[in-house]
Order: sequence, then structure tokens, then C-alpha cells
Amino acid sequence: MFQTANTKSTLTRHLREIIIRKLFAFFAVISVLLLALIVLFLFRQGIPLFEEISVTQFLFGSAWYPTYNPPEYGIWPLIVGSLIVTVFACLIAVPFGLLSAVYISEIAPSRIKEILKSVIELLAGLPSVVLGFFGMVIVAPWMQEFFDLPTGLNIVNASFMLAIMAIPTISSISEDALYAVPREFKEASYALGATKYETIVKVAIPAALSGISTAVILGMARAIGETMVVLMVAGGAAALPRSIFDSVRPMPASIAAEMGEAPFQSGHYHALFATGIVLFLITLAFNLIADYLSNRFKEEGSGTL
Amino acid sequence: MNKQLRQIMLAALFTLAGIGAASAQNIVIKGSTTVLPIVQATLEAYMKMNPGTNISLSGGGSGEGIKALMDGTTDIATSSREIKESEIALAKSKGVNPTATVVAIDAIVPIVNPKNRIRDLTIDQLSQIYQGRIINWKEVGGEDLQIVVISRDSSSGTFESWAELVLNKAKVTPRAQLQASSGAIVQAVSKNRYSLGYIGLGYLDKTTKALTVGGVPASAKTSISKEYPIARPLYLYTNGAPKGEAAKFIKFALSASGQNIVVKEGFVPVLDSAKTPIKGKK
Amino acid sequence: MNPETQASFMKWRYFRQSVFFGIVRLAALLITVALLGIIVFLFINGFRAVTWGFLTLPPTDSMTKGGIMPAIIGTFYLTVGAIAVAMPLGVVSAIYLAEYARQGRFIRLIRVGVNCLAGVPSVVFGLFGLGFFVVFLKFGSSILAGSLTLGILILPTIIGSAEEALKAVPQTFREASLALGVSKWRTISRIVLPSALPGILTGAILGVGRAAGETAPIMFTAAAFFTAVLPKSIFDEVMALPYHIYVLATAGTRIEQTRPLQYGTALVLIALVLGIDLIAIIIRSSVRRKKRW
Repeated sequence: MFQTANTKSTLTRHLREIIIRKLFAFFAVISVLLLALIVLFLFRQGIPLFEEISVTQFLFGSAWYPTYNPPEYGIWPLIVGSLIVTVFACLIAVPFGLLSAVYISEIAPSRIKEILKSVIELLAGLPSVVLGFFGMVIVAPWMQEFFDLPTGLNIVNASFMLAIMAIPTISSISEDALYAVPREFKEASYALGATKYETIVKVAIPAALSGISTAVILGMARAIGETMVVLMVAGGAAALPRSIFDSVRPMPASIAAEMGEAPFQSGHYHALFATGIVLFLITLAFNLIADYLSNRFKEEGSGTL
Repeated sequence: MNKQLRQIMLAALFTLAGIGAASAQNIVIKGSTTVLPIVQATLEAYMKMNPGTNISLSGGGSGEGIKALMDGTTDIATSSREIKESEIALAKSKGVNPTATVVAIDAIVPIVNPKNRIRDLTIDQLSQIYQGRIINWKEVGGEDLQIVVISRDSSSGTFESWAELVLNKAKVTPRAQLQASSGAIVQAVSKNRYSLGYIGLGYLDKTTKALTVGGVPASAKTSISKEYPIARPLYLYTNGAPKGEAAKFIKFALSASGQNIVVKEGFVPVLDSAKTPIKGKK
Repeated sequence: MNPETQASFMKWRYFRQSVFFGIVRLAALLITVALLGIIVFLFINGFRAVTWGFLTLPPTDSMTKGGIMPAIIGTFYLTVGAIAVAMPLGVVSAIYLAEYARQGRFIRLIRVGVNCLAGVPSVVFGLFGLGFFVVFLKFGSSILAGSLTLGILILPTIIGSAEEALKAVPQTFREASLALGVSKWRTISRIVLPSALPGILTGAILGVGRAAGETAPIMFTAAAFFTAVLPKSIFDEVMALPYHIYVLATAGTRIEQTRPLQYGTALVLIALVLGIDLIAIIIRSSVRRKKRW
């Protein structure tokens, strides 16, 4: 009798374990399903545009006049606008992000390290609308006065604000990468008589390079996908810029500005979703590259010694 | 422990949804930023008389209001332009019948920074500037400064009216800076001495300078008499004739006190001094 | 190399190091200055507007007077809704990934999926939310649609931090429990989860901070310029702090006059978000210090 009771309860236990496992797996799969749903929905709403115009006309057309008759849906200026502010933002954010990561992981005394890490994390938490507000209301008028420009809402302004958003991403991931460099590498370098600077620059950073590249790419992805900052600060002119003080209209700004007015299932609606597809594919590409690089960086550890 | 918690949360969500379905907002109003000050002030007065009415108001542009009407996400769509033929067709295909009520008359006024010497521009000059063909103030009698053209997003009814009445549907130069509302244009022009913008009559204030068009200043009188060329009605669109709470609100907006609010906000009332309604286009 | 050149070379190497360290310190300083600068600017321009009335009254007189109470309430509802969506889904997924999953293609797929979800721009979430929740599922512009959209937005954050918290629980705990004959699920629910709870909570708090500050996902799924009364159901539109800043600054009717309120709202929002983040940081570091393993 003792034995039957035992077998019976082990059986139900086992069954319960299996059910829980399957159920939890299902939940985990939902995240992937959500992503798939978003992609599916984006494509379903965006593809119908290409019954009206071709993909090349869309991507490389230089006129964005979606509400005229006949409408024109060329997003090349929008793409260029996105790329330019991202590139400039990274030109600012990469040095700052990387140098601060070096400082935190190698040079800073431990109390300053804690404070600086918190500062960077708080910076990451700043809502983008606040940065956009700051850029629009404080930086733009100042810039206009100081440089005597036609407008303070331009590439430079937007790049600075985007850089502030990208620096925490680049800094924290680079910091992780530098932290993961095996101590043996650095100890060997010191043993050979290198200074701290030489160790950092010639040993630690090269060893952490794939992690740092991951950081930079994710920072770029962050900058190119950011909406509120570019909506409020980049100026909104859907034209190819002639100088860094010109206004541009990056893709997210265009989508956010026009999302509310495109009637459901109209040509304009499909065009906005198609723009969303382009934006999504670009950030997806960045994320996949970063993913690939970070897997490679996991393999380079002391195991490779 | 976790399972029970989850059950409780699910139950709560369902109860909320149940309550929810019963009482969404009584009146949802979306649309034009030009009409926004009128609706907002009218709303506040209406609320004093009918406390507890659940009204929700949003701007974004006439295009957004009309789209929301078509999608069934708003009761009243405010618009500073007439609904387009294509939009009427699209609406009808969704079973929506846009019906217009004119709530005020508005004039679109070109504005420049107070430091700008220019005082008048003709419609043709305005058109050339906005198409990007005239690019320096000295070409129209001003200083040697680049003209910074400020315009509205495509969702704006003010933009559509401007495009029709001034540009004759020609394309605005892509170099134009786009602002999200008349208020934003005021802000931009007041800070930028190179700039030229256009706004609804009710947005004029001391921070910007209004230009006369072909010698005619924009005002209530010149708008009604059609002497000022860039005037248009402001609409409230509903699905079919206004019903229920929305009807009460619109009736209030057209009443004497409602129209007083229109005047106070700087626009032109629909009822002129003879108390006869001014016909706008339907 | 003779001793003199060696000595001067050494000097140069150390000089180069000081220059580099100086630049590095400067970078760190500038970043701190940027954060403090933004906060200080907003504070100076906004603190006069933030009175008790500002926080508890609705706006009046075309938003030039009154307060932002409906926006605070709206943000609260949206954030609670987002967490209600993201927490159950996220924590359970994290438990699966950290405790049950076997290495292999299936797991890699899920991880890649979560990472990519993390990288989706917020405006794309807004597009999706508008097309799917608002129109297709006919929820309309509502707290429900907004919460669902925000919930999906913060899901990767929740999963990431929950997984990290679970992984930080020492393997010895699990082994001891299993050795005593406790089933796997009981081990997780009675031993591992409670230990990981502070970490999971930290992640939830950070998610709250993120959801409270986002604008693009709620612009067309939930937010309104002005609501006359507080929301009575989840199908109502709401005002929200980040959206309020945006509309007052760009689409309002009296932009210059409402400027003090814009600063005030921005100040309230960053106080809220940074305050929430600070709490999370403090919890995390105090838990780390208290850890006895």
C-alpha cells in the first residue's frame, strides 16, 4: 500500500512538471510571436503601397508629397536624414561612451565608479520627449542667436541630443566588454612593463573589440530609431541637406508627424507603414549584426589562451 | 501562490473590461489645431453648465480629425478645410456620412518676425516664396536675408487651405520647415527674423507681425466681405446629423454665448451682426 | 638603448598616460555635467510652476492656468496597465529561459527574438499599436490600447532583468533543494524566485520608468490633448505627462504663455522617472551589499 501511494503521487508530480514546463515555454514563445506579429502586421499594411509604386521609386524617390494629387512617396531624403543624424550622433557618442567605459572599468576609484555608473544609468532613463523639449526650447534659440542661423532646429542640434541618448548604451555595453577581458591578459601586459595606458590601449581594448563594436552598433540602432527627439528638434524639412545646419526629416519623425492623419487603408497609410518597414529592417539589421558580434565576443575569453 | 495571483489578475482584468464597455467618453473631439482654441474655450464653458460630461479633446490637424471620423474613433471632427472628395468617398465606403456644421470663419494671415521691414506681399509673391522660387527677402523689397519658409504638416487644414488659395495646389518647397500647429508657427516666427509663416486669425499676437495681402489687412470685416482673399470657414464634421451629447455641444457652440467665445478667441463668428448665418460651402 | 634615452622615453610614456587619463576624466565629467545641466536648467525654469495646485488641479483657461493632475493620473494608469501586461508574461518567460530551457536552436530563436524586440523603434510600436489594437481589434484610442502597446515595449527589459536575477541565484541552492527531493517547480517557486525577487523587482521598476516616459507609442493609441474628467473606463482616452509636454510645446494654442507649465510638466516627469530609476539603483546596490553568498 505504501508503494502504490508513492507511485501515484510521483506520477502526478511528474505530470504537473511537464504541464508547467510546456506552459512556461509557451509564454516564452509568445515574445517571439509578438515580434512575428509586429513584422507581419507591418508588412501586411505596408506592402500594398508597392501596388502603386515600385520599391526603387519608394526608396530612392526624392519627393515626399503624400497628400497631393497625385501623391508622391519618395523617402530618399528621409533615409538620408536618418543616416546623417545617426552618423553625427555617433561621432559624438562613441568617443564619450568608450572613454567613459574605460574610465569606469579601468581607472576610476571605486566610489566615483559607483556614482558615474549611476549617472550614466540615469542619463539612459531620461525620457526622449524631455530631451526633445530641451533641444527645442533651450538649445535651438541659443544656437540660432550664436551662429546667426536661419534655424536652430537642424542636424547639429538633433545629433547632440541623440548622442546624449546613445552614450549610455555605448558606455554600458563597452564597459561589460572591457570587464570581460581576462585578467591574465592585463597581468601579462603589466608583467612585461607596460604602463596602464599602454595596457588599456594595446591589450584591453583590442581584446574587447567585438564587444565594443556591438556597443557602437546598438548605439547607432538606438539613434536611428529615436522618435521624439528628431520630431521636435530636427526641423522637419523633407529635403536633402546642404549643410549641417540644415533641417532634416528623419524617418521616425515623418511617421510620428503623419501617423494620425493618414486615413486607414489609404495610400498615405500604406506609405507610412512602408517607411516603418524600412526603419524596422534597418534596426533589425543592426541588432542582428550586434547579436552575431556579441556571440563571437563570448568565445574570446581565457579559453583562447 | 503564483497561480492564484494570476487568477486574481485575470478576474480583475475581465471585470474592468466589463465596466469599461459600458461607459467610454460621451464626446470625443479631434482635429484641427486652428479650431482648437475655439473648441477648448467652448468646452470649458460647456463644462461649467454641464458638469461631469466626459469630453476628450485632441489636436493634430484637420486630416487627423477627418481620418478619426472615418475610422470611428471620434464623434466630432474639427477641420479648417473642406473635406476632400476622395475622403468623402472613402468615408462612405466605410459607412460614414460626413456632415458639416460651420462654427466660425477664419482668415489665414501671413506673418513675419517683428524685426522684418516688409509689410505687404501679394498672393503671387507668397506663392513664389512658398514654392521656393523667391529665396531672398531683398527680392520682395526687404533686407538681404535668406527667407526661411515655415509651413504646416500635410495633416493641417490650414496648410491645405493655404495650398489651395495661395499656391493653387502647387507644391510647397521641400526645404520648408514644418511645424505641427499654428501655435508652433507663431513660436518659430517670433524667434526667427528670417522667417515667414501663416496662421489662423485667432493666433495673431504681439510676438509676430501680420502682413497685408495685396494691401488688404485680414480682419473680421474683410473676411466676411471676401475682400481678404485668404478666408475659409471652420467646420465641425459629424457622422450624419449631430446626435446626442455631441448635438448638444454643437448647439451650444452655435448659440450666442458660443459665438461670443469665437469672437473672444479672435475668429469671425458665423452669425454676423444681422444674426443671419453666413453660408459656408458644404 | 642607453640609460638617458630610456629614462626620457619612460617620462614620455607616463606623460602620454597622464594626457590620456586627463581626456578620459574630462569625458566622464562632461557626461555628468550634461545630465546635471539638463536637470538644473529644467529645474530653474520649472520649479516656480510646480505648486501643490499644479499637481492636483486640472488645466483651465486654455491650459494657461491650473495644473496637470489628469496627466499624472493618466500616466499612472498607463504605466500600471503596461506592467500588468509585461510582468506576468515577462517573468514566466524569464523563468523558462533561465530554468527550463535546454541549449539548442529553439532557445537561440527565442533569445534572438527578445533581443530584436528590444531594438524595435518606439514609433514602430506606435504604428503597430494603432493599426492592431486601436483599429483592427477595435479597442479605439484607449488606456487598453496604450497599455498593451507600452507593455510589449517594456517586455524585453523585464525579461532581461528577470533572467539576470534568476541566473544570479547560486546553483548550489537549486542543487540542495533537488537533493532533498523537492520537485523542480517547487524548487523554483519556493527557493529560486524569492531569492531573485529583488532583482526582478528592480527590473520591474526600471520598466515602469521607461513606460512612464515614452511618448511615441501612446501618441495615437491612448493620449488626448485634453480630457474633461478623469477616465472612467479602460476604453477612455487619457492625458499623459510625456504627451502633455509634447503637445503644449508644439501643438498648443498658447505656446509662449504655457511655457512655464511646459517646464513644470517636464520637471515633474523627470522627477518621476529619475526618482523611479534612483530607487531601482538603490535597491539593487543594497541587495548586492547584503548578499551573503
